[in-house]
Amino acid sequence: MSKPLISVRGLTKKFDDFTAVDGINFDVAKGESFGLLGPNGAGKSTTMRILSATSTRTSGTVEILDKDPEKFGPLVRAHLGVVPQQDNLDGELTVSENLFIYGRYFGLSKKFINGKIEELLEFAQLEEKRDVKVEALSGGMKRRLTIARGLVSEPDILLLDEPTTGLDPQARHILWDRLFRLKEQGVTLVLTTHFMDEAEQLCDRLVVMDKGAIMAEGSPQGLIKEYSSKEVLEVRFGSDRNKQVAPQLAQMCERMETLPDRLLMYTEDGEKLLERIAAANLHPTTSLVRRSSLEDVFLRLTGRTLIE
Amino acid sequence: MSAAVIIAMKNKSSAMYAGRPHVLLERGWLAFRSSTWIPVVTGFAEPVLFLLAFGYGMGNLVGDVTIGNTTIDYTAFIAPGLLANSAMNGAIYDSTWNVFWKLNESKLYKTMLSTPLGPMDIALGEISWALIRGLVYSLGFLTVVSVLGITPSFWALLAIPAASLVAFGFASFGMAITSYFKTYQQMGFINIILLPMTLFSGSLYPISVYPDWLEKVIMALPLWHGIELVRAFWFGEINSGVLVHIAYFILMISAGLFVTSRRLRALFLR
Repeated sequence: MSKPLISVRGLTKKFDDFTAVDGINFDVAKGESFGLLGPNGAGKSTTMRILSATSTRTSGTVEILDKDPEKFGPLVRAHLGVVPQQDNLDGELTVSENLFIYGRYFGLSKKFINGKIEELLEFAQLEEKRDVKVEALSGGMKRRLTIARGLVSEPDILLLDEPTTGLDPQARHILWDRLFRLKEQGVTLVLTTHFMDEAEQLCDRLVVMDKGAIMAEGSPQGLIKEYSSKEVLEVRFGSDRNKQVAPQLAQMCERMETLPDRLLMYTEDGEKLLERIAAANLHPTTSLVRRSSLEDVFLRLTGRTLIE
Repeated sequence: MSAAVIIAMKNKSSAMYAGRPHVLLERGWLAFRSSTWIPVVTGFAEPVLFLLAFGYGMGNLVGDVTIGNTTIDYTAFIAPGLLANSAMNGAIYDSTWNVFWKLNESKLYKTMLSTPLGPMDIALGEISWALIRGLVYSLGFLTVVSVLGITPSFWALLAIPAASLVAFGFASFGMAITSYFKTYQQMGFINIILLPMTLFSGSLYPISVYPDWLEKVIMALPLWHGIELVRAFWFGEINSGVLVHIAYFILMISAGLFVTSRRLRALFLR
């Protein structure tokens, strides 16, 4: 196996008394799509800022293409494309000017950038908006432009912090499609998200983070297999009765989680379990059988849901 | 290896400076092309209005002014002082309000620092842009004054590099101060300081009218040095005092650049 592009060991970041990142370890290989999954405040964005060489660490080591981002900040940043959580496009400039000037920040020649702009506008599906000021763009367009902007320097690694937060479902799907294309082209992606469906769609491998620590690591399918059952039966009896029936139901399945509005029953066969519940003369007001997801993994690991 | 990485590898300099402050000027020009011209015009008009109101209005009451053993027309007396003011206005406009916006609202500097650019590129680039605005203002003012026939000699052309130094000093200092401000209320302090400094620094009358202590206070302020510097070149009266004024501005520029770049690093690379 070749050397990883990113290597993180014992990374810790403290802000006064608060420990945002608490001794995490991970590697990212070339061409891999790697995710940091966790709720808000898990330390994902802090980790991303350290990876993008715009924040210092308290202790531990970080190597990006064999370089310490703290010592070789500008050189490390030349390898990276950064898509921050909040769009920070240049509101005083047009779409194509945004791409142009960003390339100039990297010292790229005007000729090189102008060639690149056409390709990037096509990738971002913004050819018709090239001379429009960015303020007039929709949220999804802005995010696509921010990603395109991050690609102008042909980075080895693209860092995406919560790429689809705040977008409507349609815009999210367009964005996922674009990111999937990049993945197919072999671009190394590192992304943070608190959406489990996003992590499942885009990540080859991910770490589950909570309170600054890594709780588990693996492929989405691998994690589900390891930490959850094949299927989940969700039942609702109404908010008062949920608690009453819980002890009885808990004995009928491998594991159960009690949420405020519903009960999650982990099992290999959801339909069969539902039949057994009916046979026990318990009649849920609603029921749903679904595959296990990363949400269930997170719940198992932390006892909490991802989006609270 | 990508072109961006090859470029970054050639740059052996520190994490503070990538050697590309000119890209800030390119960005400034792109943004300026499509922005409104109103603030530019008003900033330029202010000293011209002062010249007209005081020169032609007050000038008729005041008559001539005697400094040392030369006697000059009042309008001719205030013109170089207002030129220094003009340079200051141009430089301050960009280095305070525009910088405040880019620091706190548009987060432009934060974005730039996620590329290989360093804090010193941003400080030098933005201060140069402000300096250019100050220079344009003073050129405009000089043109108006020349048309009115108040310029004494070709020496007055040398007042332009002098005004550039003044603009550079204020741009550098202005950006350094602004980097500490977080709210619009704090930004208001800048105007509270600028207006009295403009009125009392000796552009409209010699500061020898003040009591001794006040004269010393004014002589510690940058605008007085700027006015004296520009005035010396304007009338072609170069003496050793000019060196003191130049030294004052070089100190101001260096301190401003140092503080600004440190501050940008503290704000966005921690």
